[in-house]
Amino acid sequence: MIITKQKKAEDIMKCLEKVERVFIIGCTQCATVCKTGGEDEVRKMKDFLEANGKKVAAAEVWDTPCNLLEVRKRARDSKDELSGSQVLLLMSCGDGAHTVSLGTGMSVVPANDTLFLGQSERAGKFNEVCALCGDCTLFVTGGYCPNALCPKGLQNGPCGGVKDGKCEVSPEIDCGWLLIYNRLRDTGNLDKMKKVLPPKDHSKSVRPRKITVDAVRKRQ
Amino acid sequence: MMTLKEKIKNGKFIVTAEIGPPKGIDVKSQMEEAELLKSRIDAINVTDSQSAVMRLGSLAVSCLLKEKGIEPVYQLTCRDRNRIALQSDALSAAVLGIENILVLTGDHPVRGDHPEAKPVFDLDSVQLIGALRILEAGRDLAGKELKGAPRFCIGAVVNPGADPVEPELIKFEKKINAGAEFFQTQGVYDVEAFAKFAEKVKHFNTCIIAGIILIKSPEMARFMNKNVAGIFVPDGLIEEIEGAADRQQKAAEIAARTIKELKGLVQGVHIMSLGWNKLVPQILDKAGL
Repeated sequence: MIITKQKKAEDIMKCLEKVERVFIIGCTQCATVCKTGGEDEVRKMKDFLEANGKKVAAAEVWDTPCNLLEVRKRARDSKDELSGSQVLLLMSCGDGAHTVSLGTGMSVVPANDTLFLGQSERAGKFNEVCALCGDCTLFVTGGYCPNALCPKGLQNGPCGGVKDGKCEVSPEIDCGWLLIYNRLRDTGNLDKMKKVLPPKDHSKSVRPRKITVDAVRKRQ
Repeated sequence: MMTLKEKIKNGKFIVTAEIGPPKGIDVKSQMEEAELLKSRIDAINVTDSQSAVMRLGSLAVSCLLKEKGIEPVYQLTCRDRNRIALQSDALSAAVLGIENILVLTGDHPVRGDHPEAKPVFDLDSVQLIGALRILEAGRDLAGKELKGAPRFCIGAVVNPGADPVEPELIKFEKKINAGAEFFQTQGVYDVEAFAKFAEKVKHFNTCIIAGIILIKSPEMARFMNKNVAGIFVPDGLIEEIEGAADRQQKAAEIAARTIKELKGLVQGVHIMSLGWNKLVPQILDKAGL
């Protein structure tokens, strides 16, 4: 899931400084789970903007603002409200904001900061465990990703900054390499840690990445 | 005169010290310290923006030491440079006549004075050691041929106080296999605990140079115990420094005593004086070196 965090109200207001009419768009997917773009948050945002002198042309929660075809369809359905707005305030992830901008041709203001690809530990608690590196090595690192869990992304074991099992970056962070070590030891796989992992191939994650899945295309 | 590489190979007892480049370009005090140490040490480490605090470059200061006839140990961290810059800087060192490179991961930038900086860590310390050996073989990491291959004496670090120690030992062995010729350790205070580590790594038959960090005050010792990974200053030493009339003398005395006790366990000592380099000659006198 894409984890988002709502920007500070004053920062959102700054982006809307010279704007009178706003169309608020939330997302039924990740942003709803993160409480940054569900029905409740969109309603609160509408009340907040109106209380601060803005006109809200519409406040809707779209199904998948990250899906261009879906966005184009919604844009046709909401043509009048869109044309009656100066900007779209996106309560989604950056992907949603980008796609809505593309699908409507309108200016967007992101209400959220997009943080990471997150594991949902429990309601409201999300952890970054995958760095989207394009070169997965979980099978040699005991199911824990050193690129996501080690702030330095080290490939060959812990650095000298481990104190009481925690990372030098913050006592809130478990040393990713100790997690890997413990798992490999407990599963009798320490030999995997003894092998030198080569430098990571960063050419696999050159941005912007695109992919066309042929199997899906053929089916259509 | 033998180089550090030759001394290590010949089993000579190694003494190294350390200087930290300034923030800025006034190197007067560093050069004075170096001059003071010159006749007593085998080489001087030059730190690479230590603690992720931006400073004058370790390569430039290594070069200044070299000009003074002092053998530098150029510290090279993975923190700020990608593999292109790391290889290029290593070649730059070689062309300037600097053979010794100490490879370190480097502290994360959020710990330093530019916390907004982008952390690099394109290679880790094991991979960087490997890269330096590849350069020596006349190629780069991309497999391209070099016009003129460098020669290095490659050092690395190990933390005997790491807890748990096994992952540290695994990485230590990886560094040896990648081509590290010597190891400088985190500061050692508890010789008994260190002896256990020394016993564990004896079969690797590699050159271990024990780190000696001067205890400047009880506050510093307590701070290190609380915050620095793998450092343990026993209460007895803290009390000793607390009760001392002259803390510099006491710090030198403790360092000398520790060195004496360590002598049979290691192939050298690396004295990190943290600005008290003027004490190093008397520490070595007291330690009988």
